[in-house]
Amino acid sequence: MNVALLKPAPERVPNDLFADARSRLPGTGPVADLRAASFADFAARGLPHRRIEEWKYTDLRALLGQVAPLAAAPDEAALARAKAALAKLDVTGTARFVLVDGVFAAELSDAPAAGVTLRRLSAVLEDETNTVRADLLRTNATGDVMVAFNAALATDGVVIGVADGAKPEKPLHIVHVATQSAVSIATRSFLQLGKNAQATLVESFVTADGAHDYQTHDAVVIWLGDDAVLEHVRLVEDAHDAANISTAIVTLGAKTRFNTFSITTGAHVSRYQAFVRFNGEEAHASINGINLLKERQHGDATLVLDHAVPNCDSREEFRAVVDDSARSVFQGRINVHPDAQKTDAKMMTRALLLSDEAEADNKPELEIFADDVTCGHGATTGALDDSLLFYLRARGLPEKEAQAMLIQAFVGEAIETIADDSLREAAETAAERWLKARS
Amino acid sequence: MSALLEVNNLKVRVEDREILHGLTLTVNKGQVHAIMGPNGSGKSTLSHVIAGKPGYEVTDGEILFEGEDLLAMEPDERAAKGVFLAFQYPVEIPGVATMNFLRTALNAQRKARGEGEMSTPDFLKKVREVCTRLNIPQDMLKRGVNVGFSGGEKKRNEVLQMALFEPSLCILDEMDSGLDIDALRIAADGVNALRTPDRGFVVITHYQRLLNYIIPDVVHVMSNGRVVKSGGKELALELEESGYAQFEDKAA
Repeated sequence: MNVALLKPAPERVPNDLFADARSRLPGTGPVADLRAASFADFAARGLPHRRIEEWKYTDLRALLGQVAPLAAAPDEAALARAKAALAKLDVTGTARFVLVDGVFAAELSDAPAAGVTLRRLSAVLEDETNTVRADLLRTNATGDVMVAFNAALATDGVVIGVADGAKPEKPLHIVHVATQSAVSIATRSFLQLGKNAQATLVESFVTADGAHDYQTHDAVVIWLGDDAVLEHVRLVEDAHDAANISTAIVTLGAKTRFNTFSITTGAHVSRYQAFVRFNGEEAHASINGINLLKERQHGDATLVLDHAVPNCDSREEFRAVVDDSARSVFQGRINVHPDAQKTDAKMMTRALLLSDEAEADNKPELEIFADDVTCGHGATTGALDDSLLFYLRARGLPEKEAQAMLIQAFVGEAIETIADDSLREAAETAAERWLKARS
Repeated sequence: MSALLEVNNLKVRVEDREILHGLTLTVNKGQVHAIMGPNGSGKSTLSHVIAGKPGYEVTDGEILFEGEDLLAMEPDERAAKGVFLAFQYPVEIPGVATMNFLRTALNAQRKARGEGEMSTPDFLKKVREVCTRLNIPQDMLKRGVNVGFSGGEKKRNEVLQMALFEPSLCILDEMDSGLDIDALRIAADGVNALRTPDRGFVVITHYQRLLNYIIPDVVHVMSNGRVVKSGGKELALELEESGYAQFEDKAA
């Protein structure tokens, strides 16, 4: 092996990427300064690789090669193709906020309901009367290099506010549609729930017909005010040669409930990293998801939980169904801070391997500085159970159908954690589509 | 009476060990055959090979089902033809609702036979009827297959499937294991209700007790991978008195 290849190689980041994009990146003054600093940070470190512990199993240098140039703003034809893609979405009955190639498309989006405010990120960043606008791009809490990249290049996004006590009936739905090929799409969105507010947030990542080989770089920043409740579902159905690198940064107030589910069936390379911080006591977070991967897909779910205050609990369960020579990665880190007594945190991963070449990597990490806590983690990895398969076949199910029934059961148990009926059905549909394509 | 199942000189290996050393058995339509024998005599192996469980190598002999070569068929084809194995230890399948499983299995069998799917009302009606007869609460069918079922409930679920799928050959592998007397009676009544002139049963059991409830026409004693003695139902009682030792000696 060539040792030189293992060294950081920042020169592989095209320096003209930022220079070319700069003129169309919204925000002047402190925003522009922050973007430049973020890009310098990224350029110095380069795409993360396997010698960076947090990216050990997802070597973007090997998987992506390099970042693609930023997508152009969508033209009329692109918007028309995006509209066609929207018509095929399984998730219906939501208030859609649509981002096409990284730019908010008002004509394809719904108006916010009463109690909900909606602004474009680009407009907020350009509002010079807003003295704290640059804060929206700060990334120091995570220190992650791909979050720095996102801060440098985010072209747009939505900034959603839900007023204290407001309970919008329809789910708030951020839809990412890619229409271009061989480009990077960078977006950042925000959701702030006021005290006692209750909402559902859906994030969909889809592709317009004919778009290939693009890279989605998204971040979503979520705050829950005290006593707020958020149901969150994300569906990653990008094209099979696309990449999706997404980050969620979530801060939970006191007595909040946060229930999130992520399902990934698309993208050649995907990484979902969630940083969840308990900032107020008696909050509960339930963080679940499933990766359904085949061929040479690589799907990574990386969760970092910070129990910073006492009396909170968290439940994490991530599953993976891995076929062919695909690879699923789960990294779960739970940090229990010194004051966070009575923390109750449990983390579980289950991987189902459907072929000899399939791979699942699990890395649980618990860092506990308090002495009165309950923390646990577990992991299982295995093939379909032969005795169950035989039972089903002895009852008349052909081999493929018996396998499908057991895979569906494994997936179904995970999807059951989605509270909203129609969103659960949408996740089931995505899983069924994956399963059908398999046989 | 025509032959339903013919096992001729069957030799079966698991890995390097021969378990069945030339077993011969014929079950006619309308008959109940009991196979008794000590642990390790090959009773369960026989049931598994008839149902098509992987991991067994047939080195000699044949199994004919209604004259057809059963060993050439996949397990699901055998099920569709009418072979049913009631498992000694029915498995739990979390995440698969019992109702969905029953319906998928029934329709898969019908499809394999070139029949149309059973309509939902017909299916529900049939399930309800069988459940009532077997004292199976309908709520149980909403749960995962056998998940959290007691031993008796699992066996009743096997009998329920037998009644739904209407197989022509039913093999009951140690149906009495783990059942108390009441559960045994309910399961046995379910089986007896299915006895018809067209259907054959092979009842595998270690103890005579079950045969008080399911009265056999023929009793076979297996030892060391062979049938060493066959007789009427009185043979079971004889065994209860004197045990299996005499046959083990003979075979050795």
